[in-house]
Amino acid sequence: MRWFWIDRFTEFVRGRRAVALKALALSEEQFDGYTPGFATMASSLMIEGMAQTSGLLVGEMEGFSQRVVLAKIGKAIFHRPAMPGELLRYEASITDAKGDGALASVNAFIEDELVAEVDLMFAFLDERFPSGPLFEPVDFAAMLRNFHMYDVGRTPDGQPIEMPAFYAEAERAAQAKYEGIGAATNAKR
Amino acid sequence: MPVTKDEVYKKVQTALVDALGVDDEEVTPQATMVGDLGAESIDFLDIVFKLEKAFGIEIPRKELSPEDILTNASFVQDGKVTAAGIAELKKRMPFVDFTKFEANPQVREFSNLLTVGDLCRYVEGKIGAA
Repeated sequence: MRWFWIDRFTEFVRGRRAVALKALALSEEQFDGYTPGFATMASSLMIEGMAQTSGLLVGEMEGFSQRVVLAKIGKAIFHRPAMPGELLRYEASITDAKGDGALASVNAFIEDELVAEVDLMFAFLDERFPSGPLFEPVDFAAMLRNFHMYDVGRTPDGQPIEMPAFYAEAERAAQAKYEGIGAATNAKR
Repeated sequence: MPVTKDEVYKKVQTALVDALGVDDEEVTPQATMVGDLGAESIDFLDIVFKLEKAFGIEIPRKELSPEDILTNASFVQDGKVTAAGIAELKKRMPFVDFTKFEANPQVREFSNLLTVGDLCRYVEGKIGAA
C-alpha cells in the first residue's frame, strides 16, 4: 500500500484553497485490523489525507522549493466515522503563511455533511536539518500527476499552473529512458 | 488608544493556552516557556503565528530565537556564551532578563531562559503598549 491518502484534486487555487477526494473501499488494507467487524477509517488517517491536501497546497505555493512537514495539529474534531463506500471530500485553505511555516484549516465532508475539522501547522525544514529533497523528484512528479494537480490547478487569477522545471525535467528524463527501452525492445523484435 | 500592558498579557496568555494546551493559571509572568510550560521548539512557530495574528505584528525568527549567536564560534567557547556573546544577546533581546543566565551562561541553558513576562515585554515593545 502506498502512502497516498487522497485520490485526486478537484480544485486547486495556488496559495489559497484546494479540494481533494478520497474514496473509501472495503478492500483497502486500512480496514483490515481497525475496529474489526465495524469497518471505519481511522481518524489519524483522515488527518493524513487532510495534511496531504493542505501540505501540497502549501508546498506548491513556492514551487515545492521548501521542504514542508506537518509540525502540529492545532485542532481536530470528528463528528462521525467515515466508512467503506463513502466519498470523503477534503476542503483546505491556507489561513496564514510566513518564511518558516504555514497554517491551514481543513474540513472533511461526505456529500454535504461535515464529518471532520482540523487546523494544521506546517513547518519548512531549514539548514538545521540534513539537506536534500524529501522525495525522489520523478516519484514526486508522478504523484502530482496522479493527483491531477496540474489538470485542475489555477492561479488566483485563473491561469493554469505548471509543474516546476526541476520536476518536469525529472519527468522528461524518466520518459526518455522508458521510450529508449521501448525502442530498443522493438528493434530486437 | 494604545493597548495596555494588561491587554497584552491577556492576549499572550490566550495564545499560550491555545498553543501549549496549558491552563490559564499556569501562565504566570515568571513561568518559563520551556521548563514550566513545556514548549518545544516547534511550539514557538505556533506561538509566533498566534501573536502575529493577535497583535497584527510581524515577528522575525531571529528576534525570539537567536540561534545564529548561539552557534557562532566567536560568541561561544567550551559550550558557554562569552561576554561578547551575552552583549550581543542583550542587544538582540532587550526584553529578556539575563541576570540568571550570566551566572551560568551554558548554551544549553539558554532554551529555558525565556519567560511569559519576557514575551509580553517583547510584544509591548513592538506595539508601543501603554
